[in-house]
Amino acid sequence: MHQPDAVRQRILPNNKRSLIRSLVVGLIWATIAGLALWPILIAATSPYLVGRSAIYIAAGLAGALSLALLFIQPLLAAGFLPGLMGPRGRRWHRVAGFLIAAAVAVHVGGLYITSPPDALDALLLISPTPFSIYGVAAMWILILTVALVAFRKYLHIAPLTWRIIHNVLAASVVVTSVAHAFLIEGTMGTVSKTILCGCAVLTTAAVTLYLRVFKPLRMHRISTPKSRSAP
Amino acid sequence: MKAPAYNRRSFLIGAGLCSASLIRPPFSLVSAANAATGLAPTASMRGGSNNYRPNAPLVENLGKGFWVSGTVRNAGNGEPLSDVRIQIWAATERGGEREPSNHGSVLTAPDGTFRLEMSQILPNFGQPHAHLAYDDGAFKTVFLRPVMGSRSDTSVEAHFVLAST
Repeated sequence: MHQPDAVRQRILPNNKRSLIRSLVVGLIWATIAGLALWPILIAATSPYLVGRSAIYIAAGLAGALSLALLFIQPLLAAGFLPGLMGPRGRRWHRVAGFLIAAAVAVHVGGLYITSPPDALDALLLISPTPFSIYGVAAMWILILTVALVAFRKYLHIAPLTWRIIHNVLAASVVVTSVAHAFLIEGTMGTVSKTILCGCAVLTTAAVTLYLRVFKPLRMHRISTPKSRSAP
Repeated sequence: MKAPAYNRRSFLIGAGLCSASLIRPPFSLVSAANAATGLAPTASMRGGSNNYRPNAPLVENLGKGFWVSGTVRNAGNGEPLSDVRIQIWAATERGGEREPSNHGSVLTAPDGTFRLEMSQILPNFGQPHAHLAYDDGAFKTVFLRPVMGSRSDTSVEAHFVLAST
């Protein structure tokens, strides 16, 4: 398993290895930052924001920001990001979860201040816009997710059950949020928004599969090698 | 806020089926000649009255570059209605739907048509759309909320068939 490393060690001197490693780390972070920030930058510089109030602009950008965080959130949970592995990744997973909840609060609150009748129509599920139903669903599932995290100590749910409920809720937030964002004709660019939506769905699916299927299977295999090798 | 539980599509299908059943046997209550002149009145659209400010002033225009147009007819006889006030508002380059300079009224011409030039309508709450109202008492109040096919459209249409109160 460690043979490629050993081969590389023999070929490259130490300083070159660390250079390549930092290049790879930089490339990963640049890709992730680009995917997450590109649609937000397009939204922030959109010509459709001409003449609009700061509160409406902030509400829209908060929505775009929460979509970008939904893409990064599973990567933090799984510890896939260089420099943020294991417990550090999970700590940032909690911070990002708080940021998502705060961004959604700014998004809904800002839209309510901008136009109470439009926001109320959406919250009461009688809005003429088809995407608002997905947005309101995402908001309520997110509230459930936050409650599940905040009251974990008092809920007395078995750890694995808690994780599975958390995964189901989180995946539902991502799916409904992506449907919401995808159907909106707003300030985000169509291409960058579609790519970010795809990335959020992909990372959520991949991390859920990894944490709940592949990792437990591998642990199971590692913990029971004797029964296999025994004649 | 007027938010009917039915929408335009279900209303039109229902109205169509009802009028078909009235024309055809065994009922045959309405003769084909009469049915052709009666028009189904336009129903208010969901969210049509959002950010409505009654009695928007009559204006020459609300800016340049974007046209809101349409027709107003009488549901009873299908005739065009002239000198009917239509109130129009939308989120444009001047600001949101609550911006006073985004609200104005026009009167229909003798042929029942109306049009108003305004600033470019921009997407608002995720959809580029306009608001139009008939709210002057002689006919039943109607609020319309036409959605533009694309964010870059430079015009939008809305048509009223008004029913007597």
